[in-house]
Amino acid sequence: MTDSTESPDLTRRGGLTRLKEGTYGGLFAACAAITLLTTAAIFVTLLSDAVVFFRSISIVEFLTGTNWSPNPAGGGQAFGIIPLLIGTLTVTFTAALISIPIGTLTAIYLSEYATPNARSILKPLLEILAGIPTVVYGYFALVYITPALKATLFPEMSTFNALAASIMVGIMTIPMVSSISEDAMSAVPDELRQAGYGLGATKFEVSTGIVVPASISGIASSYILAVSRAIGETMIVVVAMGAQARMPEIQEAAFGIPFINPADVLLESGMTITVAMVQITGGDLTGGTLPYNSMFALGLALFAVTLVMNVISDIIAQRYREEY
Amino acid sequence: MSNTTTDDSLITTEVQADSNDDRAAPAAGTAVAARDLNVFYGDEQAIDDVTMEIPEKRVTALIGPSGCGKSTFLRCINRMNDMIEICRVEGDVEFGGKNVYGPNVDPVALRRKIGMVFQKPNPFPKSIRDNVAYGLKIQGYDGDVDARVEESLKGAALWDEVKDQLDSSGLELSGGQQQRLCIARAIAPDPEVILMDEPTSALDPVAASKIEDLIDDLAEEYTVIIVTHNMQQAARISDRTAVFLTGGELVEYDDTAKIFEDPEEQRVEDYITGKFG
Repeated sequence: MTDSTESPDLTRRGGLTRLKEGTYGGLFAACAAITLLTTAAIFVTLLSDAVVFFRSISIVEFLTGTNWSPNPAGGGQAFGIIPLLIGTLTVTFTAALISIPIGTLTAIYLSEYATPNARSILKPLLEILAGIPTVVYGYFALVYITPALKATLFPEMSTFNALAASIMVGIMTIPMVSSISEDAMSAVPDELRQAGYGLGATKFEVSTGIVVPASISGIASSYILAVSRAIGETMIVVVAMGAQARMPEIQEAAFGIPFINPADVLLESGMTITVAMVQITGGDLTGGTLPYNSMFALGLALFAVTLVMNVISDIIAQRYREEY
Repeated sequence: MSNTTTDDSLITTEVQADSNDDRAAPAAGTAVAARDLNVFYGDEQAIDDVTMEIPEKRVTALIGPSGCGKSTFLRCINRMNDMIEICRVEGDVEFGGKNVYGPNVDPVALRRKIGMVFQKPNPFPKSIRDNVAYGLKIQGYDGDVDARVEESLKGAALWDEVKDQLDSSGLELSGGQQQRLCIARAIAPDPEVILMDEPTSALDPVAASKIEDLIDDLAEEYTVIIVTHNMQQAARISDRTAVFLTGGELVEYDDTAKIFEDPEEQRVEDYITGKFG
């Protein structure tokens, strides 16, 4: 083949090709930029309006205040985030207690135990669960879960309560955990399972000792997504938890450590950060007023909570990562 | 394609060198035996009525063209075929005198006695130590795990290369080192038989030759059954060779020297000399 005298044409190709390549690159970069710019724009808007708010109400007052009444008929306004933060964290934490274990075990079942047939039926079914409008979940919590809890475990419970709402938010986010975790587990190369089985591992040992550690970063991102979704969930909470920014009673335990009786939060009505924002927009809202600006302060706080959650789960995932 | 005379003589000399080996001479007990074994994948027959006895503490090579059933046969021994839904096994495979397809046999317990090394090095994404200790851990080994890890890595001729990095990931090793790590992992629980499914086919020649040397050493303590595509490799390292041809038929099974120097079957000779397959 080397006896050919004609040397190959290696010159750079002409303008049109290069222009086309450049255009494609630019187009793709522009799409990527849209998300980035939107995030940045949201952050800037939040920040600028929140700054206006913090001129009237100090950050300390906002972060430590235990009374939230942005628009009272009479008397003074108060903008303390604590009751809302308690509401949001209660719902998020309780929902995670439901969605993370059930979702993870479902994912293990689907990826490792289910026959291909069972998987092909169950996975779409689970994803339908994610497609139900959240307002339907909310009414379901109000009309079925609360009465059921009242009739069995907690007769004293309020009609609007955090527990039923949290359970429902948890159920709603199960498919997020199970679906994304299952994808991560299925992506683990089969050679690793074979190696485990070849050593005499049981299915359970292979699933928990090999597959789960190898897919932990995917599993962790499913948790992040589910938790973020729970933090931001509004409709279920509005319907089932009521909209009362209630401050639970702070009691003093041994050694003077303050604590809140979980029943006082879970079995009573409450309000989350998102619901507080909805309530403000629901009233006669005038731009530039203090309640209006408080919305952006709340948005910023929500943003911060989500960010902290993401960072924590990222650190945890990093710690247990076993990349294949 | 002129690989008849020269290649043949090469193989012959090496086979002779091997048959001088001290473990080739005395008769050994049987480690694994197949009796009237038939395996089907759906309607397709992968193993056709195979009966053979595999001696203990010897290297037995299974050779043959692609799709001849040699890997299927290997995976019958530790019942790895159980995981393939459409796979059906008829007949007996005996290990230590017991039929592994008998009614009370737990494949998990069986696999703890039979180690396996795969075609592609497949260390777990864990540290070198945890890789080797994995089998010990799941089997509830109550001795000194670190000592056993060291012993196994030495047994796999890997200790000197990794003794200072036992906590780093097994995936940071080279392909040949990874495969020796997999061998260390397989021998750590002290099995009786080691199955190897083309253990060097994904490795470069230098790494492959290290594995071959290692296999020779392993046969001092273990029964090694190895599937290989590489006939020179079978000739170099094995004591007994079984030739499978298309359709899962065991055509000839004899001492390696006999198979490579003077096979009974014309089809085996054709295969070995490259006229077929």
